[in-house]
Amino acid sequence: MTAANWIWLVPALPLAGVLVNGLLGRRIGKGGVSVIGPGVVGAAFAVALALFLELSAREPEARTLSQTVYTWIAAGDFHASAAFLVDPLSSVLMLVVTGVGFLIHVYSAGYMHDEDRRGFARYFTYLNLFTFAMLVLVMADNYLLLFVGWEGVGLCSYLLIGFWFKDRANATAGKKAFIVNRIGDFGFLLGIFLMFGTFGSVAFADVLPSAASVLEPGGPLALWICLFLFVGAVGKSAQIPLYVWLPDAMAGPTPVSALIHAATMVTAGVYMVARSHALYDMAPAVLAVVAGIGAATALYAATIGLVQTDIKKVLAYSTISQLGYMFLGVGVAAYAAGIFHLVTHAFFKALLFLGAGSVIHALHGEQDMRRLGGLKSALPVTYWTMLAATLAIAGIPPLAGFFSKDEILWRAWDAGHPVLWAIGLATAGLTALYMFRLFFLTFHGPFRGTGEQRQHLHESPPTMTVPLAILGVLSLVGGWIGIPPAIGQALGGVPNAIESWLEPVFADTHAAGTSQAVEGAHAVPPSEYALMAASVAVALLGILAARYLWLARPELPTRIGLRLRAPAAILSNKYYVDELYDAIVVRPYNALSRFAWRVIDDGLIDGLLVGGTGAVVKWQSRVSSAWQSGAIPTYVTVFFGGVVAILVYYLFG
Amino acid sequence: MSEIGVGHYLTLSAVLFTIGVIGVLTRKNAIIVFMAIEIMLNAANLAFVTFAMSIGDLGGLVMVLFVIAVAAAEAAVGLAIIVAMYRHRETVNVEAFTAMRG
Repeated sequence: MTAANWIWLVPALPLAGVLVNGLLGRRIGKGGVSVIGPGVVGAAFAVALALFLELSAREPEARTLSQTVYTWIAAGDFHASAAFLVDPLSSVLMLVVTGVGFLIHVYSAGYMHDEDRRGFARYFTYLNLFTFAMLVLVMADNYLLLFVGWEGVGLCSYLLIGFWFKDRANATAGKKAFIVNRIGDFGFLLGIFLMFGTFGSVAFADVLPSAASVLEPGGPLALWICLFLFVGAVGKSAQIPLYVWLPDAMAGPTPVSALIHAATMVTAGVYMVARSHALYDMAPAVLAVVAGIGAATALYAATIGLVQTDIKKVLAYSTISQLGYMFLGVGVAAYAAGIFHLVTHAFFKALLFLGAGSVIHALHGEQDMRRLGGLKSALPVTYWTMLAATLAIAGIPPLAGFFSKDEILWRAWDAGHPVLWAIGLATAGLTALYMFRLFFLTFHGPFRGTGEQRQHLHESPPTMTVPLAILGVLSLVGGWIGIPPAIGQALGGVPNAIESWLEPVFADTHAAGTSQAVEGAHAVPPSEYALMAASVAVALLGILAARYLWLARPELPTRIGLRLRAPAAILSNKYYVDELYDAIVVRPYNALSRFAWRVIDDGLIDGLLVGGTGAVVKWQSRVSSAWQSGAIPTYVTVFFGGVVAILVYYLFG
Repeated sequence: MSEIGVGHYLTLSAVLFTIGVIGVLTRKNAIIVFMAIEIMLNAANLAFVTFAMSIGDLGGLVMVLFVIAVAAAEAAVGLAIIVAMYRHRETVNVEAFTAMRG
């Protein structure tokens, strides 16, 4: 009871930071802002941690806290409250958002130090606002409030991508992100409308438990609700076909890419699908779509990441690819596995971005890997932490990525999707390949920058390296919260902590018998070890190939590129998807807008309606003004005629 | 010849009024128009007096006194306006004054 009263503090603290930094930011100066900005997020983390401990002290069935702050909308049957829900699922997300968010805030204080006082305050205002919106998103107890957070993070994403808006390209990237997200949000809204029409409510507590009884399994209602919700997830989480905004979003400051476009916001779609699992369980067809799109995106983005030369672009495509994994996980109804990968990915991908930021910081804005190289000795902390993260994402045991990625692959296999599993496995190999390409090109080999850059090489200040180190440790051990039974048994009964923690939320799914994950502790199928071995082997193969191609024979990739000119061009031009969208969407849309402007607005509205009204009035007034001749005799004659007419009417009429 | 009665008075009043109207409508000289208006007023006065006498109510006679008083004032103002018009345009032709044309 008492703990529930403190829930509102978690989103309120970052909101307070927004107010202080936004209104007083210039007065309290950079020093004040760099205390307040990260401080409020740290405080929110502390409260979230307290709530988490409160939950874990309870019986698994009683692990739900909620607080209604106020009734937001009450109109007839429609009811929505500004209410927060803390259950095992949202508590995990709260810890990730505030925890990783806090580290990135601290890092930002170092990274953005060259901004002037005004920009610095603006940056932290946006970053705090983002944290607030993200917390609203994960803590909302109904879909409408979730949507508010969803739009809030979209807004902050837009603001932060275009943070350096004086450069036109950055502003354009922000707009692109916003507009592409709009398409997804439209689907999400339709899903919410349809849900309200079906259930008469948008609260999780009303919709989710009754999904099984109200919806017909595989019926059209379940299908459309889930499909519309998934369209929203596709936009926000950058899946095919709406992923195009995320690579461009790298125009923002690097910590922003780490926080918003890697660790938290882009995973909102995964969270939403996992949260709505009761609905998705009623629509197996949509789940198959989710898994298929996830797997396709994972492989597709990995192939593009292979040839990108901008260090942040590689990470962007890697993020898209990893998000694809998460959707593959939730798509095979392994919701806990998807969330698990979300958590570990938040650790190592945030670290990768922050490490890349540290490199960019050291080289004063250089992002092209062709002009990096040999930074191992100059940036030791960055090097070692990046190594941890790269190994983690490549899926080398016992690092974080191995457990979560393997869990998803195993569950895909287990659910009877060998094709999806094979795609996932191929992606795992590619992931190891392109990530170690990035790693070798950046830190090993000769330095390829200018002499002046070499002069100024420096390791980043502690505000940046300490978060790197903490995330490095998390990348190493973060996976241990989800040790699969196959290994846990061998280690003497180590439980899969995250799965059992999330079990109260996803319990009904397991009850449906889609998988043996929970009972798996009793009988480990031998295939699981084989799958594990296969993915580790593929990852090692990827690393060795990367070592051969970019360390041992650095001239080889160029020669391959020359030999396979066409495929290389397709990959480095990202399959020409931007060009395709430009041709089939953007340009027709611009033509349509031009039509609406020139013909409908200028011609019809301004010309015919507005101008026509004026012309009619003008003509009419010319006619009636002819009556006012100014000649008194005429007036008198008319007046007299009128009197006679009235007299005649009354006397003879 | 029968005795002169109400009908005769009213007929005279109507004839005078008609003359006045025709004068106002047809003449161009402002002074003539003015005179025609006076004829119309007096036609109305005659009708008032006729009815007052025939129904034995003094109210009509009182009204006539008012009309005469107002007509006197009107004559003063109206003639002053005509003089001003003449000073302004050197004519008293009513058709020459169309400054209020829309």
